Amino acid sequence: MIRFLTHRTLQGIVLILIVSMIGFTVINLAPGGPLSQYAMTPGMSQQDLDRIAHQMGLDRPIPVQYLDWLVNMVSGDWGKSYRDQSPVLDVVWRHMGATLLLMGTSTAIAVALGTLIGVLGALKRYSVFDYMATVGAMIALSIPTFWFGLVAIFFFSLELGWLPAGNMYTVGDQSFSDYAIHLIMPSIVLALVNVAIWSRYMRASTLDVMDQDYVRTARAKGLPRWRIVSAHIVRNALIPMITLAGLQLPTIIGGALVTETVFTWPGLGRLFIDSLGYNDYPVIMGLLMFSAILTVIGNFLADVGVALADPRIRLG
Amino acid sequence: MTAIPDPATRTRFAIFRGPRVRKFMRHRLAMIGLLTIIFLTLACFLGPYLLPYDELYIDLRARFSPPLTGSHILGTDPLGRDIAARLFSAGQISLTVGFTAMVLSTLIGTVIGVVAGYFGGWSRIGLMRIVDAFLSFPSIFLMLTLAAFLKPSPTMITLIIAVTSWMEVARIVEAEVRGQSSRDFTAAARMVGAPHWWIMGREILPNVIGPIIVAATLTVARAILLEAYISFLGYGIQPPLPSWGNMLNNAQQYLDSAPWLAIVPGVAITLAVTSFNFIGDGLRDALDARSVQ
Repeated sequence: MIRFLTHRTLQGIVLILIVSMIGFTVINLAPGGPLSQYAMTPGMSQQDLDRIAHQMGLDRPIPVQYLDWLVNMVSGDWGKSYRDQSPVLDVVWRHMGATLLLMGTSTAIAVALGTLIGVLGALKRYSVFDYMATVGAMIALSIPTFWFGLVAIFFFSLELGWLPAGNMYTVGDQSFSDYAIHLIMPSIVLALVNVAIWSRYMRASTLDVMDQDYVRTARAKGLPRWRIVSAHIVRNALIPMITLAGLQLPTIIGGALVTETVFTWPGLGRLFIDSLGYNDYPVIMGLLMFSAILTVIGNFLADVGVALADPRIRLG
Repeated sequence: MTAIPDPATRTRFAIFRGPRVRKFMRHRLAMIGLLTIIFLTLACFLGPYLLPYDELYIDLRARFSPPLTGSHILGTDPLGRDIAARLFSAGQISLTVGFTAMVLSTLIGTVIGVVAGYFGGWSRIGLMRIVDAFLSFPSIFLMLTLAAFLKPSPTMITLIIAVTSWMEVARIVEAEVRGQSSRDFTAAARMVGAPHWWIMGREILPNVIGPIIVAATLTVARAILLEAYISFLGYGIQPPLPSWGNMLNNAQQYLDSAPWLAIVPGVAITLAVTSFNFIGDGLRDALDARSVQ
């Protein structure tokens, strides 16, 4: 266990380091680099620019700047937003709740629906339902998330007027039901792709488990069918899904970015798009790092979760 | 160099012949997908010659015409440009970007996967760590960052998509190659003194071509989607050049008054992407490449 922990921690650190190098290089590739925001200001002379560059430490070689940034990041100083000078970690923190709420709700929907469709498809293999679920999943994977969002807004907000077209709450009314009604559309739109992925993996996993000896034993013991399915098949088929949940994290974060833009949801994805528009390098870099760290932690938790759920797996 | 005894020569790339083609032809969805793609490609590349308007012609008197008004089959956009004409030339760009990005990323992924799988050891660990790093943050973040800081021409967008979507191919190829490099024919080739590049290119690659083709097909689907995403967010193909993604870019604000602005390009994207996914599924069955998800 300790070997596993140290191994995975080291692996995670190396991964995050590589991500940070890629991100840092990309941002400094930019023509003008972080200085470009000042270069637009009228009356700014080259001397002024040089002075600002010197103050910000931008005239040093990139590897030196990177090391400096890295040391600061590790000690919790992720820099200040160019937009309002507030610390990056605070900015990220302020927007995190909205994104976690959206991602959490949508993942819960995706897991519930995906498991149901996957298990039913496997139990009734090659039936009309199974065929439709497979084809439906492939189509769902092909629809651009943002377009699905637009179509949903068109029908449910503009035509039918059932659901709000965006935002997280109505100004002045921040009750639970108000949040809930704003959450419905974006979380379902974000869930679509994951329902498709989850149901296909769940179907394969269920089919694997159905061939196992212990399922045959349970059937031979004369257990009722619902008990075989619920206690023996689904429970075991869900174990590999924990790993999938960890691996799907980047997809969900990426999907959240687009969904938040369409539904003007005040989360990290919107923050990222806004920051790109403002050339807010520290926040962009912070968000890149944040999503990488979140993914590493997610995958780690998934591995631990699998080991906890399946006593046959020893971490080592 | 002296000829290497290679009984596989005659059957090399035999994958394209015989039962596999028939199996693919019997896959109904794949055939539908293939026909749709052929139709879409023909429409996009020949359609403009049949229309009375080109994609940049502005007719301010005919702004926001709904579909089927006069000769505007699919209506017009906020500047009075013909949507059908824009859809077709956007399709040329989107399909070309998707296809070229696929070729590039498959090349990158195959080279990295073959090298990592064949040599193993440290080169494998190093290369696969880089793959993991690329996979561990949402590629759309990286793509948007790159697109926002570099000049977003179609070529640049293609390159950006390619350098952020080669990892799946690399993973698949690496796993397949690892299985192949311990096989007898590889050992035999090594024993007669064949150079590494020969073994990788001529002995191993033909045996893993099936999964590569499947992964490549699915990569076209993903590349078209990715282009749509970044263009929709305003960092992809820049107007006045149309692409399926940027046609949707400001469709949201006219959703109430002119919903066709959003519906038409979205249907085109979905059709193209679904078709490529169907084709990929058919190829996976026909080439028996189960490892490709």
